Amino acid sequence: MSTPPDPHVVMEGVVRRYDGPPPVHALGPIDLSLARGEFFSVVGPSGCGKSTLMDVLCGLATPTAGTVRFEGRALHGEVPDGIGVVFQEDASLAWLSVRQNIAFGLRLSRLPAREITERVEHAIAFMGLRAFADHYPAQLSGGMRQRVCIARTLVLRPRLILLDEPFGALDQQTRLLMGDELLRLWRETNATILLITHALDEAAMLSDRVGVVSARPGRFIDLVETGWPRERDSRIVSDPRFGAITARLWSSLRTESLKTMGVVT
Amino acid sequence: MTRARGVLLVRIAGLSAAVLLLELLCRTGVVNPMTILPPSDMLTAMLDLLSAGDLNDGMMQTFSTIAIAFVLAIALGTAAGAVIHRIPRLRAVLDPLLASYYSIPTFIFYPLLVALFALGKTPLVILGMMSATPAVIISTLAGLDSVPQVLLKLARAQRLGRLRTLGWIILPQCLPRLFSGFKLALSYALIGVIAGEFLLSGTGLGYAISFAYQSFDNRAMYGAMLFVLLAAITANGLLFVWEDRLARRRMKQ
Amino acid sequence: MSDIALPSAAARRPSASRTRLLDATILLLVLLALWQAIASWTHGIAVAAPVTSMLYLATLATQAGFWCHVEATMSAFLLAFLLSAIAGLLLGLALGLWRFAGDVWEPVLAGFYTIPKVTLYPVVLLIFGLSVSAKVAFGVMHGLVPVTLLTLSAIRNLSPTLLRTARVLRLPPSRTIAWILVPACLPDIIAGLRIGFSLSLLGVLIGEMFSSQRGLGFLLVSGMAQHNVPLSTAIVLLLVLIAIAGNTGMLHLGKRITHRSSR
Repeated sequence: MSTPPDPHVVMEGVVRRYDGPPPVHALGPIDLSLARGEFFSVVGPSGCGKSTLMDVLCGLATPTAGTVRFEGRALHGEVPDGIGVVFQEDASLAWLSVRQNIAFGLRLSRLPAREITERVEHAIAFMGLRAFADHYPAQLSGGMRQRVCIARTLVLRPRLILLDEPFGALDQQTRLLMGDELLRLWRETNATILLITHALDEAAMLSDRVGVVSARPGRFIDLVETGWPRERDSRIVSDPRFGAITARLWSSLRTESLKTMGVVT
Repeated sequence: MTRARGVLLVRIAGLSAAVLLLELLCRTGVVNPMTILPPSDMLTAMLDLLSAGDLNDGMMQTFSTIAIAFVLAIALGTAAGAVIHRIPRLRAVLDPLLASYYSIPTFIFYPLLVALFALGKTPLVILGMMSATPAVIISTLAGLDSVPQVLLKLARAQRLGRLRTLGWIILPQCLPRLFSGFKLALSYALIGVIAGEFLLSGTGLGYAISFAYQSFDNRAMYGAMLFVLLAAITANGLLFVWEDRLARRRMKQ
Repeated sequence: MSDIALPSAAARRPSASRTRLLDATILLLVLLALWQAIASWTHGIAVAAPVTSMLYLATLATQAGFWCHVEATMSAFLLAFLLSAIAGLLLGLALGLWRFAGDVWEPVLAGFYTIPKVTLYPVVLLIFGLSVSAKVAFGVMHGLVPVTLLTLSAIRNLSPTLLRTARVLRLPPSRTIAWILVPACLPDIIAGLRIGFSLSLLGVLIGEMFSSQRGLGFLLVSGMAQHNVPLSTAIVLLLVLIAIAGNTGMLHLGKRITHRSSR
């Protein structure tokens, strides 16, 4: 795996262990290098450490061994400026309206009120939430709530966006449409994106590169370059290469998934 | 919305019918008017007492005692709940105690409290606090439990720092449960204080009722009783409505 | 985080229960120490020391007169509890099954909960006179509401799927109640009975404290009047023990009957 000249994020020899009892070797050793503006997906069987990888990458968890560097600087146990995170579970704040939820991301910033309003309104429009701006999360579906969380990350103008199975609870059709939204977001923000997903087709269709993680302890066992053009959307599924990419991902993943299920191969 | 309105109407009608029935039974002598006053007489008795200012001292005493017990219970209960939540081992050992606390009639400690602190406000406040604080502790624990891990991760991802995480995320998330604990605290403090005054005290509304009873002054007794009941219903009712308003946004419409 | 499976707790169990036992013992000792401290600090004027109280209690147990008082309280309490339980179950069942009536009267019952019922005691006395029935009535006033409310909510919260299953299996109404309704509602009903238990005891005790010549509540108050501090403290101790024993007993009974290890 060639390291690009000015990588945005670098993980070197990252290992994460838990003391237990019993002690668990959850992840690693992991080596990963992301180029600026790259769309990178991570796929792997459940329990392989994908979420841990994301936690370590953004500073929510400290690696037991190895280093993580973001924009050249090493991480020290806290989340640096410039990283946005969208979690798997619903992290919308029940007591705030959609608009207030999205503005929440900017509460700490010292931006003037006008700029904040501008960014918030732009995010609302971009994520298609205009009709629901004054509603409360309890009144929205799961998919809409996830859009609110993405919008909340958007207003921060992060340079690196991490998403942990953001569309896990949605139906297939919504997932495909949300995938298009994500690509739109990517092109508009020019951010580097790391997406964790268990859906192979999603990874194959959205990413520049896909990393396949083994069963626990998670390590990269394959790295697939898709070679898609930057201007792409869900209709790429009709491209003949799509099938080949998905097939390759599955052949790498199948054995690992069986291992996780306890089936001896 | 018509069903809700219908329910409300039937409730009002039912209660009014019960009051009217009692009025009728008293007036016709089926129920001995020496035992139970007709409701209209109870009302006039209460209004007489109020206008004569006979209840003013009692009101001041009782309401201030309840208020003090309530505020102290909330302060102590929330603080204790927060501390207990942070120390899992402490929580594990206190859980069974908290779970069975309300099976003990705390009232039985009142005579001991009077012996300890002499008749006055102190034993009443302590009795009120003994009744109210555990409810606040329990609801604080439940509230803190109800903060999903993902929101704490969100706080860290947004780099909020501990104080802001507490104020911007933990507190708003806990609020519904905290508030229901406060509601219980008020109702327990009120019951505890008035029961204490009733049993063993020289001042307050509870004492006014028991004194009137022992002086065979039924009118004064029923008047004071009605006032206390209405005050209790109003205080609790206000909190109930307030809680409902707060909860409305968070519930599915 | 679905990634990391929790390590099995089995390896932790023996030492965990030993820690709990140790902690519980420490808590008990701390409480006894506090008690002793208060007793010494007030020179036994307000509260008797733990050992003194326990010895006094033991002495009381040898006196026939004492057992008369215990019997008075217990018989009134058990009667009150029985009446609260039966009436509460029936009322809760009716209000739970008849939706509209339930919606109408539930807030009224909940409101009754928040009223200082002790202020109504003179009315009870006026109606029943200075007799055992007054105590029992007062106990029922306290115990009826929780049983009713919890039975009502248990029935209301019955999953409609259960009722649909009963219809699909073509069960007659009696079987539906016996095989599906009651077992499904049992945990909440038992919780209601447990609370009703404690509250009817409270009601009977308050009745005795205010106006009675017999019973544990009366002993408590008379102990204060005669400045017999060991007596009052011993009675408080006894009542606390009875309350906790009753509550714990019903908790265990509830768990056994419903076969649920966690709730």
